[in-house]
Amino acid sequence: MNSAKRVVMKSKDIDRIMSRFAYEILERFPNRENLAVVGIQTGGAHLARRLVTKLEKLENRTFDFGILDITLYRDDLALEKNQPIVRKTDIPFQVNDKEIILVDDVLYTGRTVRAALDALIDFGRPKRIALAVLVDRGLREFPIRPDFTGKEIQTISGETIVVKLTEENEPVDQVMLIRED
Amino acid sequence: MQLKSKDLLGLEGVSREEINLILDTTESFHEVSERSIKKVPTLRGRTIINFFHEPSTRTRISFEIAAKRLSADGVNFSKSGSSFSKGETLLDTVKNLEAMQADVIVMRHGIPGAPHFIAQHLDAAVINAGDGAHEHPTQALLDMFTIKRHLGKLDGITVVIVGDIAFSRVVRSNIYGLITMGARVILVGPPTLIPVDIEKMGVEISYKLDDVIDQADVIMILRIQLERQGKVCLPSLREYAKLYSLTPERMKQARPNAVVMHPGPINRGIEIDPKIADGDHSVILEQVSNGVAVRMALLFLFAGRKELTEKR
Repeated sequence: MNSAKRVVMKSKDIDRIMSRFAYEILERFPNRENLAVVGIQTGGAHLARRLVTKLEKLENRTFDFGILDITLYRDDLALEKNQPIVRKTDIPFQVNDKEIILVDDVLYTGRTVRAALDALIDFGRPKRIALAVLVDRGLREFPIRPDFTGKEIQTISGETIVVKLTEENEPVDQVMLIRED
Repeated sequence: MQLKSKDLLGLEGVSREEINLILDTTESFHEVSERSIKKVPTLRGRTIINFFHEPSTRTRISFEIAAKRLSADGVNFSKSGSSFSKGETLLDTVKNLEAMQADVIVMRHGIPGAPHFIAQHLDAAVINAGDGAHEHPTQALLDMFTIKRHLGKLDGITVVIVGDIAFSRVVRSNIYGLITMGARVILVGPPTLIPVDIEKMGVEISYKLDDVIDQADVIMILRIQLERQGKVCLPSLREYAKLYSLTPERMKQARPNAVVMHPGPINRGIEIDPKIADGDHSVILEQVSNGVAVRMALLFLFAGRKELTEKR
């Protein structure tokens, strides 16, 4: 089986998107006091942390930040042969009445986001949740759409988007499209 | 990394990687117990049967709460009020439980090996919640989790276990687990309560608590099990208390950051002084809280596998 790899985003592309997100978020969420950023483990958590750094630099104040592991809310647990690894969830702020930017690296079927919404709601009643994704690869199975999109990449099933980030000990940030033939 | 066995019958033969997986998973479930809504939908539709053939407060309630926090359906069932009094065999009883689509059977039994016996005959996962004086793996796992949270590691630490070594299932599971994780274990007690040849498990032995207490990172006090050995092994409880009870005076010889543990229930004033049990070194109630998290992790790891669903 052959596989073709193509780099679709480089470090500076990712950085530019995170900067754009920061400006767009501040524009569309004028109430800074209530703003919080939550990243989905693991890629989304790293991107969310980068986004918070940018927001804090622009606004010169701190923002609430949390990470969410959605394993316990997945709809396919009974279908997995082995139990997936449960990672840490850490929401160190009151979710009630917050405006939350939910961050993930790749938006695909929408099932992860569905699980993340359920997980967040178990912490309280946010005023609003918006979704920011680095890559939207299409092929949705749920009625879910992003509010902030880094890049849309049309894919077919059989293709994979791999996001490599330096936080995961990768040498450089990179997004790759991998096609199995 | 995945667990090798469908059951958790003991910590004997369980690898360091498997124990690390369980302890790491526990960390995530510990967080769930600290939320205001202490419930996740993970094991919706799974059935967990708590089958307790011997009395238990902590372990049974801990498993029950763990199942509820994972949204599984937990059913409790004990010896009294069941058909055991009508003479039904153990195997028939558990076969019936499995026929009601139980995914996990948590079992406590007075006879060592009872959970191992039923595990061979069932597709459901069996978790040993204590079999006679043999093993009590979930207690040892919660002990190790508690130690790790306090000391940051298990490798290289010294654990002094004091008391009724011969009749304790907690101690056997802890020895297997702690030795596997690289800890040094010193057993302390009167010779009548220390089994011959137990050194072969890789532990050291001392008959005087005062000789070794200063080396301990963890002092684990065991309950004198009055219901098991009666009083045959001890001249008197007073003499035992004089030599082995963890008193404030004795505690002065210990390291300032030493952690005091007890699996409960406590005989206050016999194996441990109330001032120590309720004092700054004590993590006894924390052990109980951590017990719920460990059991959630175990139910998650054992109840959710695909093979279980497919056999139906």
